[in-house]
Amino acid sequence: MSAHVEGQLPHEPEKATLEGRNKVLGFWLFLGGETVLFGTLFSAFLALRHQVLDGPPAHELFSLPLVAIATALLLTSSLTSVFATQALHRHDNKKLITWLIVTVLLGLGFLCLEIYEFYHYVKEGHGFTTSAFSSSFYTLVGFHGAHVALGIVWISLLIGQLAKKGLTVVTAPKAYVAGLYWHFIDVVWVFIFTVVYLMGKVV
Amino acid sequence: MAHGHAVKRHTGLMDWLTTVDHKKIGILYLIAGGFFFLVGGLEALLIRIQLWKPLNDFVGADTYNELLTMHGTTMIFLAAMPMLFALMNAIVPLQIGARDVAFPFVNALGFWTFFFGAVLLNVSWFAGSAPEAGWTAYAPLAGTTYSPGHGMDYYVIGLQIAGIGTLIGGINFLVTIINMRAPGMTFMRMPMFTWASFITSALILFAFPALTVGLAALMFDRIFDANFFDPSGGGNSVLWEHIFWIFGHPEVYILILPAFGVISDVISTFSRKRLFGYSSMVFATILIGFLGFMVWAHHMFTTGLGPIANSLFSIATMLIAVPTGIKIFNWLFTMWGGSIKFTTANLFAVGFIPTFVMGGVTGVMLAAAPADFQYHDSYFVVAHFHYVIVGGLILGIFSGLHYWWPKMFGRMLNETIGKLTFWTFFIGFHMTFFVQHFLGLLGMPRRIWTYLDGLGFNEMNLISTIGAILMGFGTIFFLLNVTITAFKPKNAVNDPWEDGRTLEWTISSPPPEYNFQQTPLVRGYDAFWKEKMEGKKGMTPAEPIGSIHMPSPSILPFFMSLGLFITGFGLLYSDGTWGSVGGIDTGYIIGAAGLLVTFTCMILRSLYDDHGFHIEPEDQHDGGVKA
Repeated sequence: MSAHVEGQLPHEPEKATLEGRNKVLGFWLFLGGETVLFGTLFSAFLALRHQVLDGPPAHELFSLPLVAIATALLLTSSLTSVFATQALHRHDNKKLITWLIVTVLLGLGFLCLEIYEFYHYVKEGHGFTTSAFSSSFYTLVGFHGAHVALGIVWISLLIGQLAKKGLTVVTAPKAYVAGLYWHFIDVVWVFIFTVVYLMGKVV
Repeated sequence: MAHGHAVKRHTGLMDWLTTVDHKKIGILYLIAGGFFFLVGGLEALLIRIQLWKPLNDFVGADTYNELLTMHGTTMIFLAAMPMLFALMNAIVPLQIGARDVAFPFVNALGFWTFFFGAVLLNVSWFAGSAPEAGWTAYAPLAGTTYSPGHGMDYYVIGLQIAGIGTLIGGINFLVTIINMRAPGMTFMRMPMFTWASFITSALILFAFPALTVGLAALMFDRIFDANFFDPSGGGNSVLWEHIFWIFGHPEVYILILPAFGVISDVISTFSRKRLFGYSSMVFATILIGFLGFMVWAHHMFTTGLGPIANSLFSIATMLIAVPTGIKIFNWLFTMWGGSIKFTTANLFAVGFIPTFVMGGVTGVMLAAAPADFQYHDSYFVVAHFHYVIVGGLILGIFSGLHYWWPKMFGRMLNETIGKLTFWTFFIGFHMTFFVQHFLGLLGMPRRIWTYLDGLGFNEMNLISTIGAILMGFGTIFFLLNVTITAFKPKNAVNDPWEDGRTLEWTISSPPPEYNFQQTPLVRGYDAFWKEKMEGKKGMTPAEPIGSIHMPSPSILPFFMSLGLFITGFGLLYSDGTWGSVGGIDTGYIIGAAGLLVTFTCMILRSLYDDHGFHIEPEDQHDGGVKA
């Protein structure tokens, strides 16, 4: 609806239209709800994490080097998603796409490590139904992993759209909120790393 | 690129399935919510028939449990919330001078997910086992050990799907109210109903995700053998109580705040006075919303959290009486010295005040933890929450429906039948629930399917049942009124009550699909009243007449929600009921197919931009939506 000249994007194109502003605000609010969602999952995990029954306890199970690599991958992907948003603000579609691709690849790496990790745990006798600890662990970490997977699919589709339609006042808000989303799941991971893995190592 | 996008205009059923117009979505919410209100009411009547005499065998104990569970679940999630969403959709954008909500597509999606979740929940009746563990689904009763059938599976999955609809609806209203207000419509000039809807939406946003997690965990326990709430697997059944009530207590404020908003608008209009203490009303609403998150454990006084926790939650609960009291006095002072018209809408509003006060007083009684040990799980509690929910919320909804009916449908409801509705419902209500206080104090426990003779319960239960039948008649009178009105000419004027104070009364009834031909300029609180007082007929426009951009209708929300419905259904029967294909349970395959439908729709929505269409000034001759 805005009468901008083709090829000449306004400053902060994600907020140039009312639709864009609505989308950005709505997404922030959505993330507020997501915070409560993960807060509840964390509470359930904290309440149940000592109920290991016959399964392996957390400090024997977790291998920090593997988790540290996963963390490094995800935190780096957060940085690259910032570069993507910066490219968006410079109206540089090519760089935006490049950084989004890097972000997705790092996310994929994280996801592969997580799948390997879960596979490994199940072999160690830490199945989904083993104990309240294992159920709440897989639910919390799995909800996060599902968010990462969804983000990867979403950003991949977005890359296709950006390549085809270019950076416009319609695609810019999408790229911007995808960045917000990616940061959010990163922040959640920081908490998971601390609460689940580091605290799990404390005997 | 903008102008001249041809858009396919649908008619008939397709129009309703594809609409993204908030006014039509409001009507859809009203029809669906109204239908489930009747279903829940029928369940209530069956409960009351079973209890009218001692040792009655009208229904068996198992059926009674199902009726009781579905009555509560239906009334809260499938009747009360959608009817509130109906009013919010129909009125909030008009009250802030907006052409539409922020996310029309999401708005439609919210309705259809609610609808399919609600249908899934009620399919359980026909599938042979309805949910039976109470609307609170306490563990371990709700687990597979004590609820082995599929009933509670329907509960967790149906509510999960309906909950998604509510959550995105809440986000939609928050953004609409923050971003879409007309020029001059500052926050402190918003009508109270809009304020209440705003706070309610915030509560939805921060309360519903907790329910999402709770239901997911219970579903994992039931379907995938997880151990969240099963003590034999190391789980903790009290954890469910915490998660449920962290959602559940804000939920009751989600329900009551919009009713407070309706009452504020109605009383102010029919007292022909500015709402007394507007800013304190706003503050009280915010405070109730805030405190609503701090009191969940007052549902758990007898769980054994210890004296410190009980005292803190007791005090926090009593604190809520302060902002609520502010509201009560403000309504009374609004009426004080006003020139009051007792229309049906106002009768419901005025009837609300003492009724809600009674529910509030028993609330404070229950908040006293030591006393609660006596009241807990007795009919006293049943009386209390029906006084606040029926006596508060339902009277509020009736008031709002009578008040805004001409704005929604272009026809005035009949006042004589309306008054008949009020008196039958109001007297029936007090007959049903007033005696239940005393039944509770005499020791009648809630959720029992029958009772022995000679305990002193007989007469009061009979009175209660007669009252419930009267409430049923009240509802029938309302339906009769709606039916008769539907055959009357559509002749409601812009401001049919003549005392309209807010922006919705400045446009035609029902409004054209773009609401405001020119966005109004708001110059103060009670925007329309201010103009009237200065001798003006309408609002000053804030923009010249021009082409109006509208979103395109879409069938995608319907199919996205249908996909979720199929997924839920597949997941429900993933226990080998339907055999397996290639080693994978048929239930999972159906579930995956449903998800595929939903995700395909999401991808389609993302890839194909909705350019919408424009209504040019020459076409803006006030057609009005057809209701």
